[in-house]
Amino acid sequence: MGKTKVRKMLFILSKATIENVYAAFIMANGARMEGIESEIFFTFFGLEAIQKKKLEHLHVATVGNPAMHIPTMLGGLPGMEAFATKMMKKEMEKLDMPPIGEFLEILSDSGCKLWACKLAVEMFHLEEKDLIDDLDGILTIGDFYNRADEDNTHLLFI
Amino acid sequence: MEQVLAGIKIIVSDDGYLTDFSQWNKGIGSELAKKEGIEMTSRHWEVISWIQEQVKAGKALSVRGIKKSGVLDIKEFYALFPGGPLKLSTKIAGVPKPKSCI
Repeated sequence: MGKTKVRKMLFILSKATIENVYAAFIMANGARMEGIESEIFFTFFGLEAIQKKKLEHLHVATVGNPAMHIPTMLGGLPGMEAFATKMMKKEMEKLDMPPIGEFLEILSDSGCKLWACKLAVEMFHLEEKDLIDDLDGILTIGDFYNRADEDNTHLLFI
Repeated sequence: MEQVLAGIKIIVSDDGYLTDFSQWNKGIGSELAKKEGIEMTSRHWEVISWIQEQVKAGKALSVRGIKKSGVLDIKEFYALFPGGPLKLSTKIAGVPKPKSCI
């Protein structure tokens, strides 16, 4: 491991808008690149990012997002979310940011642990076969806290 | 910053990266690796040569690039250079620290 004082970063991803998912992935991957352990706990809507059928169809939020700088009424028009997402993905590709599926593979290969929240999995009636093959398991929040119970560990809720 | 490694005076940046690649040789690479707790094997050197070729060709290094390289996969990269493979391998290779976030 590296000589950094931060030893482990644990991320809780509760949202499925593309900017939140990428924030979690880039920080978790960045931690591994610095020799810091990292894990992501996918809960509630965050589970969309690890569902085989949904992960490549995440969107940026065009409504209720003042940073989009378009009127909320316009943001709600059919096709706006898809259009804004397409534009954003184009910019991401220019910066060599991998698509969600490839990013999950990179994270798993880099040693980042990927966990699904048990309660949310049950709430959304999901089964293990719906989730990515690289998933390390389904945990209760108690299990997850146990993984955080070490010196120099940080938890971040996204 | 001046430093003496393998009997040669070299210049490194504040975080220990060679500033002039012409000063690099395998002996210096080994010494830089030792400082990071890495004992170099022939496999390590293969990866180091590949990294030097990429930099010479003006290609940006990233973890995603490793996955696509066909030379090694990400798991092996982490196993060879534990504790931050991109940072460590470039330091040993005598090339600049990559600015990539991915």
